[in-house]
Amino acid sequence: MRLVSPTIVRLGVKSIFGRWRGVLLFVLPLVLVGLAVLARALVGQSEEGSQHTLYGLGLVVVVPLVALLATSGLLAPEIDDGSISYLLAKPVPRSTIVLSKLVVAVACVLAFASVPMLLAGLVLRTDDPSVAVGFALGSVLGGTAYCALFALLSVVTRHAVVVGLVYLLVWEGLLGGLLDGVRWLSITRWSAEVADRVAGLTLVAQLPLTYALAAGVVVIVGGTWLTGRRLRAFNLTGDE
Amino acid sequence: MTEIRIDHVSRWFRNVVAVNDVSMTIGPGVTGLLGPNGAGKSTLIALMSGFLAPSAGTVTLDGEPLWRNEQVYRRVGLVPEREALFDYLTGREFVVANAELHGLPDPGAAAERAIALIEMSDAQDREISTYSKGMRQRIKMASALVHDPPVLLLDEPFNGMDPRQRIHLMELIRTMGAEGRTVLFSSHILEEVEQVARQIEVVVAGRHAASGDFGAIRRLMTDRPNRFVLRTADDRKMASVLMADPSVRGARLRAEGGIELEASDFGRFSEVLPRLAREHGVRLHEVTPTDESLESVFSYLVSS
Repeated sequence: MRLVSPTIVRLGVKSIFGRWRGVLLFVLPLVLVGLAVLARALVGQSEEGSQHTLYGLGLVVVVPLVALLATSGLLAPEIDDGSISYLLAKPVPRSTIVLSKLVVAVACVLAFASVPMLLAGLVLRTDDPSVAVGFALGSVLGGTAYCALFALLSVVTRHAVVVGLVYLLVWEGLLGGLLDGVRWLSITRWSAEVADRVAGLTLVAQLPLTYALAAGVVVIVGGTWLTGRRLRAFNLTGDE
Repeated sequence: MTEIRIDHVSRWFRNVVAVNDVSMTIGPGVTGLLGPNGAGKSTLIALMSGFLAPSAGTVTLDGEPLWRNEQVYRRVGLVPEREALFDYLTGREFVVANAELHGLPDPGAAAERAIALIEMSDAQDREISTYSKGMRQRIKMASALVHDPPVLLLDEPFNGMDPRQRIHLMELIRTMGAEGRTVLFSSHILEEVEQVARQIEVVVAGRHAASGDFGAIRRLMTDRPNRFVLRTADDRKMASVLMADPSVRGARLRAEGGIELEASDFGRFSEVLPRLAREHGVRLHEVTPTDESLESVFSYLVSS
């Protein structure tokens, strides 16, 4: 059996761009690149300014939101309205269903978060392309990990989008800014560490790159596996 | 020969028991799962289609467990009750996708065959979001039939269908059963079930209340004592006249006027009542059955 089902990928792409969420996916990167162009035109090249845009807006806001929109748009509505039963009532391994959905979600992250990050970085820092590359690579790690996490949320709770947003605001945003120790358990900070190392910045202090990478992989593999497991024991009941 | 066996199955959700120690075997031919709303029909179908684990007991398809066993879907076609479909696809795209997911060698041809079978060829290139309730039901049916499964499970398939579509679907279900498939459908309407099903299983409040061919179930349902309230020009006379007839088991004059009557043989009673009234010159003002609701029929079955 194939690991990824082309049929589920095709259905996934259609479902994302067949809903209003699809429009939001275009808006977020446009804002990021637009702001980068504006900053460059008004302020010129500045190390601090580019970091504010690429980190504060890019890694902290755009990457997780694109991952949340893409992943929850792929799983949560189908679980909510029960149409996932048409995928589940098939002799297809549950891991294949999850992997196929994640392929679409990660492709969205690449197209609507990582590529715009690269563009925004290149616009902001023509003198140092390593900044753009660093942030783009960081967004790949962070975005993929967020997709796996939000996929798991989608099969665990019916309020995946709300729980995901609260997690982003409270844990990654509020507590991450206040408490230093959160960096050990923060996907955004792991992705920032990748940007740090590639571009020679210090967005996050005292976080080994190997730890950041390993933690990201644990979330990606663990989230995918747990999602598949959960889907295998999926309870579908009627309206009774 | 394909057989679904439910063996001493119970299913509870926290402290609510949805299915209570049910045992039944669904074999080839059409079986109707009859019961009032909330009786546990959908829970039973979810158990039989591997979408719910039994809290106790076992559910098997030819000896294989259905829970956590996605390979059984090669042999099972499921038509869920819920309306939701992939609305952004056309009917044809939807059925083709189902065929692909089954790994069929020629998904296009399989989809075409299934769509022709349920007579949706004309509307197959329209988006599902434009479909009526009956069309949705039929395209769901096509998706369940696309891999030609020996087992077909349908949850309330006649809901929302107009009479013509209903007759067509009944015809289709009968054909499926005659071909030797194991077909099970649920319904809360006796007339619907007895027109299609050879075998009827009745569930009430999570319990298996009765089982048999439609003749046996029909007899169980019509032979039960029927209660009526009569209002006549002369209650006392009418009551004594009716008591003399064997179809009546008891009569009581109500303080507020009228007769409370229990008939044991509904067929005879309905024939005798107007005749006796005319012969004795008593005018009938009102004849009201007091327990005709389906729920009372079902509760009678449970208590017997």
